[in-house]
Amino acid sequence: MGLRDRLRRGLTKSREALNELFYFGGEVDEDFWEQLEDTLVLSDLGAEVAARVSDEMRDMAAKEGLTTASQIKSALAERLSLVFTKTAEDIFAENPVCVLFVGINGSGKTTTIGKLAAAAKAHGRNVVLGGADTFRAAAIEQLDVWAERAGVPLITRERGADPASVCYDVLDVAEREGKDFVLIDTAGRLHTSDDLMRELQKVVSVTRKRATMPVYVVLVIDATTGQNGLIQAQEFNRALDLDGLILTKLDGSAKGGIAATISHDLNLPILRVGIGEGISDLEHFDAKDFADALVGDLQEQKREQE
Amino acid sequence: MFSSLSEKLQSSFEKLSKKGRLTEEDINVAMREIRLALLEADVNYKVVKEFVAKCKEEASTEEVLTSLTPSQNVVKIVLDQLTHLLGDTEQGLVFAQNRIPNVIMLVGLQGSGKTTAAVKLAYLLKKKGRNPLLAAGDIYRPAAADQLEDLGKEIQIPVFREDGKDPVEIAQDAIKEAVDTLHDVVIIDTAGRTQIDEAMMQEAANIKSATKPDQVLMVVDAMSGQDIVNVVTEFSNRTDFDGVILSKLDGDARGGGALSVRQVTGKPIMFVSTGEKPSSLEPFYPDRMAKRILGMGDVYGIIEKAQEAADEQSLEDAERMLEQGLTMDDMLKQLQQVRKMGGVGKLLGMLPGGAKMLKQAGDKLDDGALDKIEAIIQSMTAQERKRPKIINGMRRKRIAEGSGRTVQEVNQLMKQWGEMNKMMGKFKAMTQGKKGRMPNPAAMKQMMEEMGLK
Repeated sequence: MGLRDRLRRGLTKSREALNELFYFGGEVDEDFWEQLEDTLVLSDLGAEVAARVSDEMRDMAAKEGLTTASQIKSALAERLSLVFTKTAEDIFAENPVCVLFVGINGSGKTTTIGKLAAAAKAHGRNVVLGGADTFRAAAIEQLDVWAERAGVPLITRERGADPASVCYDVLDVAEREGKDFVLIDTAGRLHTSDDLMRELQKVVSVTRKRATMPVYVVLVIDATTGQNGLIQAQEFNRALDLDGLILTKLDGSAKGGIAATISHDLNLPILRVGIGEGISDLEHFDAKDFADALVGDLQEQKREQE
Repeated sequence: MFSSLSEKLQSSFEKLSKKGRLTEEDINVAMREIRLALLEADVNYKVVKEFVAKCKEEASTEEVLTSLTPSQNVVKIVLDQLTHLLGDTEQGLVFAQNRIPNVIMLVGLQGSGKTTAAVKLAYLLKKKGRNPLLAAGDIYRPAAADQLEDLGKEIQIPVFREDGKDPVEIAQDAIKEAVDTLHDVVIIDTAGRTQIDEAMMQEAANIKSATKPDQVLMVVDAMSGQDIVNVVTEFSNRTDFDGVILSKLDGDARGGGALSVRQVTGKPIMFVSTGEKPSSLEPFYPDRMAKRILGMGDVYGIIEKAQEAADEQSLEDAERMLEQGLTMDDMLKQLQQVRKMGGVGKLLGMLPGGAKMLKQAGDKLDDGALDKIEAIIQSMTAQERKRPKIINGMRRKRIAEGSGRTVQEVNQLMKQWGEMNKMMGKFKAMTQGKKGRMPNPAAMKQMMEEMGLK
C-alpha cells in the first residue's frame, strides 16, 4: 500500500468533511468559505494559516471566476502543496551519511530509526545504529530489538552514560569498520527544558566535530501534534540547526497539517512520513499527494457514492 | 501550562477593561480574539464555536453592557464558561468498595505517555496507602515491559510481566498474582493503538471485558491537535473509559485538544501529568485551571503545595512572619521550600499574573538565581540575618566578598527583601479581611497594580 492509499485511509474523516463541502458542487456562498476555513483548522494547519489560505482562495476565485466548489478544490490542493518546502536532495541517499534524530518524548524517533535501518540494509547500505538515548528506561533495549529485526549492529553504553560519548563511539566504529549509514537515536525531551536542550546541543556538536562524514539533524514530529508543534520545531531548529523533518503516526486519522506549517515557516523539507507500525511503513513524502489526500479526490468520492 | 492561550485571553480582556462602556462591537471584537486564541490552542473548532456563541449571547445582554463594570462581567462570563468546559468540579478515581484488588486499565495512542502515567499513578496510589501492582500489557512495542520494570524499580513498585503471552492473559494473571501477593490495586499498561486500527481496538475491548476494571483511564497528550476529538470519541465508543489523564502538560503545551475532550465525550479529566518525576501527577481541578488560564492564579494550588512541603514549624514561622516581618533566615528557608515545591517557574506560574511575569523574565528566572541568593544569605552573620536592616555599606561589601557575588547582587537581594516585607504587610491586610474567603478585591487590585500586572 503506497503513501497515497495509506493517507487516504487515514485521512478519511477529513476528506469526508471536505467532500461534503465540495460534493454538491453548486455555486459557493458565504457558508462555503466559512466551512472551508473550519475544515482547514481541523487539519491542524492553525487558525492563522487557515484564514490566510481561505482568504487567498477567495480572492483567487473572484479573480479567475471560479464559481463551483470542484474548481476551487483542485486549486486548493495545488495551493496547499505549495506550502511545503521542497526537498533538495534526499539526505538518506548520501553515502556515507550520519543522521541524528531528535524530538520530544513519544514522537517516534526509535521506531523511525528501526524502519530506516531496515530499508537501508535492504538497499545494501552498511548500517550502524547509535543508542544515545541513555536516559529513558529501556530505550536502548527498544532500539536493540529494532537493530536485531533489521539485522544491523547497535553501539551504545549503559543507561545514564553520557550520550555524547555514545556518538563518539559510534563514529569510531563506523570509521573503523567502514559503515556508511549511521543513525543515532537521542533521548526525547521537551523543547522548553533548557538543560536538556543544551545537552542535546553538546551531543550534536560533538558528533559534528568528530565525524568525517556529513552529519544531519532530523526532527521527528508526531502527526497528531497540534499548534504546539511549530514552537517545538522552532526551538529545536534554533538550538540545533535542523536539516529536515520526519512526520510519524500518520496512520491514525490525524491530518498532520502542522507539518505543512512547520515545513513552510522554517523552510525545512519533510524527508519521510511514517504511516504504520510495520518495519516497511516509512515512505517518501510527496507534497501533492499529501495535499490531495488532505482535500480529497472528488472523482473518488463520486465513485464511492455511485 | 496553557501559557499562550492564557496570554492571548488576558490581552483581549485588558483591552476591554480600558473601556468604561462596552458596545456590541467591542464584544464582537473580543469574542473574535477569544475564538482565535482558543483555535490556536488546539481547542476543537466545534467546541470553540459553541463556547464563543454562548459567551457572546450572555455578554451581549443589556444587563452586562449597561452595568457599571461591564468588562469584569465579561471576564466572569468567560470564566464560568471555561470552568464549565473543563468539567465544573473535580473528579477522582472511583473504586468498588468490596473488590480486592481494584483494577485500573490505561489506554491511549502510541507515545501519549501511558507507561509513564502508569508508574506515576502507582506512585500516587502508594503515597495514599495503597499497595499497587503494575502489569505490563504492552507486548508490541519493543522493550515496553523493560521500561515499565525499570521505572517500577525506581519507585519500589513490583511489575508483573509474562513475555510471550497475550495481553488478555497477562492482565488476568496479573490480577491473580495481586491476590496471591496481597496487592490491593492493579494498574494495567496496554499497548498504544490508533483508533482506526480495528484489531488493536478489539484487543483493548477484550482486556476490558476480561478484567472488568474499576476504572479505565485514557492517557491524552496535551500537545494533541484537532484530531484528538476523533480519537477520544472512538476510544470512548470502544472502551467506554471513565476519565482522562492529560500528559506532557509541562513545557508550553496548549492542551486545547484535551480541553475539548470533556465537552465532546462528557468524560472528565482526572489527572494532569506535568514533569519527569514520578511525583508529577496531580488531580485536575477545573475551576482552578480556568482561573489560571485567565490569569487569576491558582492560590489554592499554592497553599496545597505549601502544605505538602511545610511542616508545622514552618506554619508557625509563617504566622510570625506575618506579625513581625521577614528575616533573611526566613528568606533562605523559603528558597529551600520553593525548591521542594518544584522550583520557581512552577510556583510563579500559579500566581495571578505569574505566567506573564515568567514570560517577561525569560531565561533569567531559573533556579540558578536561587543558588546565588542562597550563597549571599549564607555569608551573612546570624545577627544580620535576623535584622537585615543593620546591613550597611561595609557589611554589604564583606558579604559580597564572602559569597563570591557582587555588591550589586547583594543590594538587589536587600531590595527584594524590602519588597517582600512590604508585600507581607499587604497580604496581612488582605487575609485579615475575611478569613478563608476570597481576598479583599480592592487590596488585591492595588497589590497587582503595584506589581505592574493590573
